[in-house]
Amino acid sequence: MQHTYSYTLGPRTWQFRDLADLMAKATPARSGDRLAGVMAASAEERVIAQMCLAEVPLKTFLSEALVPYEDDEITRLILDTHDADAFAPVSHLTVGDFRNWLLGDAASSEMLTRIRPGLTPEMVAAVSKIMRNQDLILVARKCRVETAFRDTIGLSGHLSTRLQPNHPTDDMTGIAASILDGLLYGNGDAVIGINPATDNVAQATKLMRMMDEVIRKYEIPTQSCVLTHVTNTLEAIEQGAPVDLVFQSIGGTEATNRSFGFGLSTLKEARDAALGLKRGTVGQNVMYFETGQGSSLSADAHHGLDQQTCEARAYAVARAFDPLLVNTVVGFIGPEYLFDGKEIIRAGLEDHFCGKLMGVPMGCDICYTNHAEADQNDMDNLLTLLGVAGCTFIMGIPGSDDIMLNYQTTSFHDALYARRALDLRPAPEFEAWLETMGVFDDVRRHEPSAGVPGLFGPSLKGLTGGGAA
Amino acid sequence: MSDQPKPPVIDNPWRVLRQYTDARIGLGRAGISLPTSEMLEFQLAHARARDAVHFPLDVEPLLAELTALEDKHLTGLPMRLHSQSEDRFTYLQRPDLGRKLSEASRNEVAAAADDAGEAFDLALVVVDGLSSSAVQNNAVPFIRAFLADLEREPVDLKLAPITVVEQGRVAIGDEIGGALNARAVAVLIGERPGLSSPDSLGVYLTWNPRPGLNDADRNCISNVRPAGLRFESASQRLLYLVREAFRLKLSGVGLKDRTEEAAVVDASSDNKNFLTN
Repeated sequence: MQHTYSYTLGPRTWQFRDLADLMAKATPARSGDRLAGVMAASAEERVIAQMCLAEVPLKTFLSEALVPYEDDEITRLILDTHDADAFAPVSHLTVGDFRNWLLGDAASSEMLTRIRPGLTPEMVAAVSKIMRNQDLILVARKCRVETAFRDTIGLSGHLSTRLQPNHPTDDMTGIAASILDGLLYGNGDAVIGINPATDNVAQATKLMRMMDEVIRKYEIPTQSCVLTHVTNTLEAIEQGAPVDLVFQSIGGTEATNRSFGFGLSTLKEARDAALGLKRGTVGQNVMYFETGQGSSLSADAHHGLDQQTCEARAYAVARAFDPLLVNTVVGFIGPEYLFDGKEIIRAGLEDHFCGKLMGVPMGCDICYTNHAEADQNDMDNLLTLLGVAGCTFIMGIPGSDDIMLNYQTTSFHDALYARRALDLRPAPEFEAWLETMGVFDDVRRHEPSAGVPGLFGPSLKGLTGGGAA
Repeated sequence: MSDQPKPPVIDNPWRVLRQYTDARIGLGRAGISLPTSEMLEFQLAHARARDAVHFPLDVEPLLAELTALEDKHLTGLPMRLHSQSEDRFTYLQRPDLGRKLSEASRNEVAAAADDAGEAFDLALVVVDGLSSSAVQNNAVPFIRAFLADLEREPVDLKLAPITVVEQGRVAIGDEIGGALNARAVAVLIGERPGLSSPDSLGVYLTWNPRPGLNDADRNCISNVRPAGLRFESASQRLLYLVREAFRLKLSGVGLKDRTEEAAVVDASSDNKNFLTN
């Protein structure tokens, strides 16, 4: 099934070993592909590969599996669930034609929704490699992906946030302080999601109960999630814990997921268990997935693919389980995969585009670590670009500083910046809560209350001797 | 009230909650943006963290401290090893090289294993990782706490010579543990520095260490430092994991950390906090 590709330009003919090699060499430069030894040897070879890839028919991706069908349950998932009828409107196109088609007016929001089940991650990854940043933004902006649990996520003109109140020792008062700060800055409509410092079932359950009590007491139209291993969440459900969303980090190859300690059947079992709890009010999307370029290479499970193609395949896993949220944690993995601000920004736009085109509720953890060549200005740039692209949600954390995971992501203030600069609103149910409870003085201007809203006054009073309210 | 012009910076009265957390809460706002003072505080913290990543581990004093431990569980003198990453720049771009011992170090470990002539129960491997200050400040106090806990164990564990690795990643412990014929390895490594926590030590336990294992085969105890998870708690947690690994003959996702259920650690099991009480 695999064959070589070649491209002749003037006197020279360029050879590519197979489709995977062509895809990798057509990928905009990044350190992870250099580390894997799959990237183009020169800038010229990269563009030649892009020219060659532009001539490849989309259909080819249905007959030339990049990871063997026999070896990989994700390849089987992709090919076995491919919808030929949905594919029909674009089935005659090459990758290059597909880019033109996506940018054209025939590719309306409705049409993009219709063809989704006909698109494989490899097709989507391929076209992204020959798109500029502005193309990725413009097409993603046309994609509609709406999900719901206790509020509605992903409506056009809306930007939600995950409130991330992590604490290095899971201290309940410390976590509560960050939750309060975030809520008062209008954050947390996508989820209140904690990465536990201690990863065991008892700890996860304790955090789940704590967030459940907060959400019920203040009647917040949002959901909670403890980002622990899927098998821990399953155990917690069996023990009667109040689980809203099931979390799992996922990758784009079976071997990657095996290194994470789960398979597709595990996800199905967990989703069924969470659905059985019937805790959603306006919808029943019960899964929260995180991804990120480089995870397959990191697990030595990339099958010679470039990291962006592996990443797109992870979205095929995600969409099979109707998630509420999918989050590409773009700059977390470090400089050996995405070296600097330029590479992080490009990857964030690619991931968002690929996810949205495949119908995944794509958010982005716009982030960097202290060993990457990046800073706050790079994050401002990516936040603004993703806001324009219609990103579903971003993280919200006190002052950009995750004191548990030791990296920087977007702050509560950053979310208000993006909403104000780009005229984006939080989820409608959550916005109504901000207004009704007096958390914001003016929800349309994204203006928080100057003092402590009455709702939270009594809680603070007990703690601060009455001075706070 | 609405007739008064708003002050340029609006303070957050809940800032007093910072006595309970290092998180940057209650920063106040200029419009909806960060006030100047807070913005510059952040820039300073980031600048310091950047510097910390590139500051090298001072190995000799660390070896001297480890040599001075003189515990009956320890066999032999500590060894200084190096990965295949020659410098920090290579280290940051090529994690694969940080997972493998240099040829000289490999020979040294093989010689130590030959000298010992028998298997060890546990190898402690100290690795600089991404924060030299984490290792410089916290590795020895943690090991001291762990040795004290071992003293109270009914079964005597035989520890391999402690190794200190420069420019190393977590997985280098697998090669070292395997070469030393250790039944399990505990890697003590500097975690990537955060703005508020430049000195977090991570501890990774792997049963039956050998090259080719991955993260699903390990158990992790994170954020070991005086202002994070205290040495005594971290040590008890490691001891629990070691006992379980020896009992089940595995580590990783198959070994659930139930230290809290076993009431070994200090944290209370309730979820009391000011928002719901």
